[in-house]
Order: sequence, then C-alpha cells, then structure tokens
Amino acid sequence: MSTPSPTSTVALATRTLSPRQRGVRRFLRNRLAVFGIVTIALFLLFCFVGPLLYPTDQVHTDLRSTMLPPGSPGHPLGTDDVGYDILGRLMAGGQISILIGLAAGVLATVIGTLWGAIAGYVGGIVDTVMMRIVDAAIAIPATFLLLILSAVLRPSVPLMICVIGLVSWLVPARLVRAESISLKSREYVLALRAMGGSHSRAVLKHVVPNTVGTIVVNATFQVADAILLVAYISFLGMGLQKPATDWGAMLTSGMTYTYAGAWWLIFPAGFCIVLTVCAFNSIGDGLRDFFDVKGRAA
Amino acid sequence: MSVVDAAQPTAAKKKSDSRFWWYLLRRVGQGLIVILLVTLIVFALLHLAMPDGPATGILGMQATQAQIDAFNKAHGFDLPVWQQYLNFLGQIATGDLGDSFKLNRPVSDAIAQRLPKTLILALISMLVALIIAIPMGIFQAVRRGRTSDYVLTTWNFIVYSTPSFFLGLILVIVFSQSLRILPAQAPQGESVAAVLANPGGLVLPVLTAALSIIATFSRYMRSSTIDNLSEDYVRTARAKGTPVAVVVARHVVRNSLTPVIAMLGYYLPVMFGGMIVVESLFNYPGMGLLFWTSAQTSDYPVLLGCILIIAVATVIGSLLADIIQALLDPRTREELS
Repeated sequence: MSTPSPTSTVALATRTLSPRQRGVRRFLRNRLAVFGIVTIALFLLFCFVGPLLYPTDQVHTDLRSTMLPPGSPGHPLGTDDVGYDILGRLMAGGQISILIGLAAGVLATVIGTLWGAIAGYVGGIVDTVMMRIVDAAIAIPATFLLLILSAVLRPSVPLMICVIGLVSWLVPARLVRAESISLKSREYVLALRAMGGSHSRAVLKHVVPNTVGTIVVNATFQVADAILLVAYISFLGMGLQKPATDWGAMLTSGMTYTYAGAWWLIFPAGFCIVLTVCAFNSIGDGLRDFFDVKGRAA
Repeated sequence: MSVVDAAQPTAAKKKSDSRFWWYLLRRVGQGLIVILLVTLIVFALLHLAMPDGPATGILGMQATQAQIDAFNKAHGFDLPVWQQYLNFLGQIATGDLGDSFKLNRPVSDAIAQRLPKTLILALISMLVALIIAIPMGIFQAVRRGRTSDYVLTTWNFIVYSTPSFFLGLILVIVFSQSLRILPAQAPQGESVAAVLANPGGLVLPVLTAALSIIATFSRYMRSSTIDNLSEDYVRTARAKGTPVAVVVARHVVRNSLTPVIAMLGYYLPVMFGGMIVVESLFNYPGMGLLFWTSAQTSDYPVLLGCILIIAVATVIGSLLADIIQALLDPRTREELS
C-alpha cells in the first residue's frame, strides 16, 4: 500500500513519503474520519458562530408561543413547552455539551496519562497500590458515582467537567501503564538515567511523549463518552438548572411530550448527540489507523 | 518447559496445577483488597460531598440544631471520620448493611427485594444480546469488507454512539405509541415471578439494554474472529480441503469466543450502570431505581450497600472470567503461572 503504483504521477513516484505524511494519507483515505472532522467543524460553527447570525432569547420564557411546530413564522424548528426557540436552543445546548465533553475528555486523559505513566514507570509496590485503586474505581459504575456526586453538589459546568473527568480517567490509566512498563527499559530512558537525568524528566520527556498515539486516540473516544455521560446526567435529573441546558436536558424535557406527538422536542436534540458522538468516535478510529495503535475493537 | 518437565509430564502437570492454585489465591486476595478500596472510595466521596453528614437531607431544612445533634449522635455521625469508617467496616464484616434512613427497613432487605429484579432483566438482556451478537460478529468477520459487513458495522457504530435512553424512547414511540403492540411501562410486580408473568412488558426494556450490548460485543467478536482467521491452523485446515464453514464452526468459534467471554466479567459494572438508565426510563422497580431514589434522599446506608454489592459482583465476575479463560485456553494458563 505504501509503495506508489507504477501508474501514479511522476511527482508521487519520485517522492518518498515520510511516515507522518503516509499517516496523514491513511487518515484522509479513511472517509469516516474525514466525515468526523467535517461534522465536528460544522457543529462548532453551528453552536458558537450560529447564535451571532441567528440570535434568540434563551433566558426568558415566552408563554405566548409555546409548542409551536416546525415551520412556524420566526421559529424554523418550532418552540418548546415554555416557548424557547428550538433552533437557538440547540446552539446553546450544544455549546454546553461540546464544552463539557471536550474539557472532561482532556481532564480524564491528563489524569489517566500521568497516573498510568507513573505507576508503570515506578513499578513495585507503588504500581500495585495505584492499579488496585484503578481496579476499585472501575468496579463502581460511572453512572452511580455521577448520581452520588451530582445529587449532593449543585450542578454547574465546571463541576460537571470535574465529575465526568474524575470517573473517566481509569481506562487511559490502564492503557498508558501498559506502555509505560515496556518503555522504561528502553535504551534511551536508561541512557538518560545513566547521565543523571531525574525520574520525572524520564517520565515527562520520554514515557509520556512515546505513548502519544495511545493517548490521542483514547482522548478522542473519551470526548465521545463524556458527551454521552453529560446526556445521562441530565436524563437522571441531575443536570444543569434552567435556563442553562444541554442536548441531553433538551431531549429529557421533550420526553414528557412524547404522547403529545411533539417530535420536534425530541429528535433534533437526539440526532445532535448521536451525530457528534459518532463524529468523535470516527475521528478516533481514523487516528488509530494514523498512529497504528491498538485501542478499541474495530 | 525444561527437558526434565517434558520427561515427567505428570510432575509438570502437578507443578502447573499448584501454580494455578497460587494464582487463584493471589487473585482472591487482590479482590478483597479491591472491595476494601471501593468502600474507602465511596465513603470518602460521600463525606467530601456532604461534610456535615446527611442530617439536614434526612430531617429536612426545618430541623433544629438539637434534632440534628440527636440524629448525628444516634447514627455515629458525631465521631471522627476514620472512626465512622472503621465502624462501618466492622458492621459489614458481620454481614450487616445497616438500616435505611428513609425506608424504615434494613438495607439488606431493600436490596434483597430489588436486586433479583435487576439481575433477571440484566440476564435476559445479556442472553438475547449474545445470541445475536456472536453470530453477527462471526458473520461480519467471514464477510469482512463486503457490503453486509459494512452495513452491520455502521449500524453498530451508530447504536454505540446513541444514549440508551434515546434508543429506548425511539422504541417506545414506534412500538407503544404508533403500533400500539407493546406497553411502555415495565412490569411492576413485587417479585421476580410476578415480573416474569408479564413478558410483554419486558420486551422493550430488554431490547433497549440488548441493543447497546450487541453493538459492543459484536465488535469484539468480529475483531477476535478476524484475528483467528489469519492463524496458521486455519490455513492448514483450508489447505487440507476443509470448507470454510466447517473450519469456522469447529475451530475458529471456540478460539475467538475466549477473549469475548473474558470481557463479560469486566462488563458487569457497565451493565449495572446501564440498568439504572433502563430502569428509570421504563419505571422498573429494580436496584437502579432504588439507588436513584436513595441518591436524591441522601440515604447513605442504601447507597453504600448498593455499591458494595456491585463491587463484590464485579470482583467475582472478573475472577470467574479469568478462570474460564484459563480453562478454555491452556495458553493463558501457562501465562498466568
């Protein structure tokens, strides 16, 4: 696959590709991954630039125009049970869902990477203790932990980022630990130590950068999972207080009107979640091919 | 294996057997430590989240300081945190999970009534899912890269990315609201028998849970089968003229199932976590709903009890998965010891 075929252009045949260029090609050839990138870019535009072009009031309710079906004048996607414009609300909710998803995914990845790298590098009793803690935390279902924490604490965006980040760092910790164990006995790490380099330098300069493939691929999946978790928290009634909203909260409050036939309260928000999560997952799949790492089952 | 071992197969076997038992003992010990850590984590979280204890949550905002003090004294919340934790450990060591603050009954009673219902729902969903997911994964692996594989992969990819309550909601809209052939509420019976007496009500909850499991496990099964199909033994069998279907049925399935079965043990917490969503969507009175209401009423003992039960189940589950894997695949047994 990597060798240019005889029929390709002269420019291609004469130029040897660096591993990175080959990876980029592999990534771009993965149509699903390109779909993911384009989708996320469009959603970012929609949620963060959209409100500038299509300003709506997402703070004050408008009880004179509730439950308007899509296509109503001034409300292309209709309004909800308290009169919020659905299209504008999708933008506002999307900002929160994507923001929490990205931040929590990054937080989980940072904690998990450092935890796993240190456990694997130090080894011995430290490794045993650190990994038993991971085993224990993994034995508690994430939704149960989220329920306990959000039942007693007042939900806010920073809190939800911390809570989701704190329940999601376990898998990256295990993956990075496994790599860290194999990396610590490599010659370049031994050389650094022999020349008097510190342990923290070995971990930060060699172990973590060499696991970057695993980390980046996993971070993408973490973001996808975090966006789902935000929706689950809202579904379980522990989400943000109105007027703030996220896609999961929109979907959940729309569920009350299932039997009223108000499909526009349910499906737009639901499809936004599915599409965004699909997009992040497919970017993850593409990146896995790019870095050539083993992550999730393909 | 050394020459001596090869010369004395029985001695070698005995040796590897005893190593296997050592491994088992070590794993059980590790499991106990994990359970201990789970109690510590949950205890610490509850105290970080509610530094003043659950008194105001239980007694209400109008409670006087005297009432709060009396409550704290009665339940030991006036003691230092480490002493509360040790008391709690001592209590569960005797098999006593304490009394619920809100339900006026022992925690073990409440869980004993709710847990079987969650288990039966989880078990049926898991069985239905595996019966579909395993053949699906094998089929996809054999027809890898063809349209049928592509369609199924895409389908699983989408289901995997959908919140399960949205999946369930779509099922309710289709089967309860439009077609009117299935109820949107799960059976409300007090016992497992009462629940099973109303199979129609179980269809949508089971389907909702199963769809997500299928999406996960058919992916595992597909990639595991693909790995095995490229093994030498497959090529040998094919070279001898064995038809693909026979090779797959006789050799590949067994080998590719092993890692998938191992995943089952680790999947337990995810399963329980998913049940809470399914139970609240279909209003099914299982342990998930019990946990949910207890979280809202700050019913400490019930929260701790539920998580303890799940942690024990998870530790046993992953232990069983490892043992089954060792029994099915002699290669892992060698690696273990």
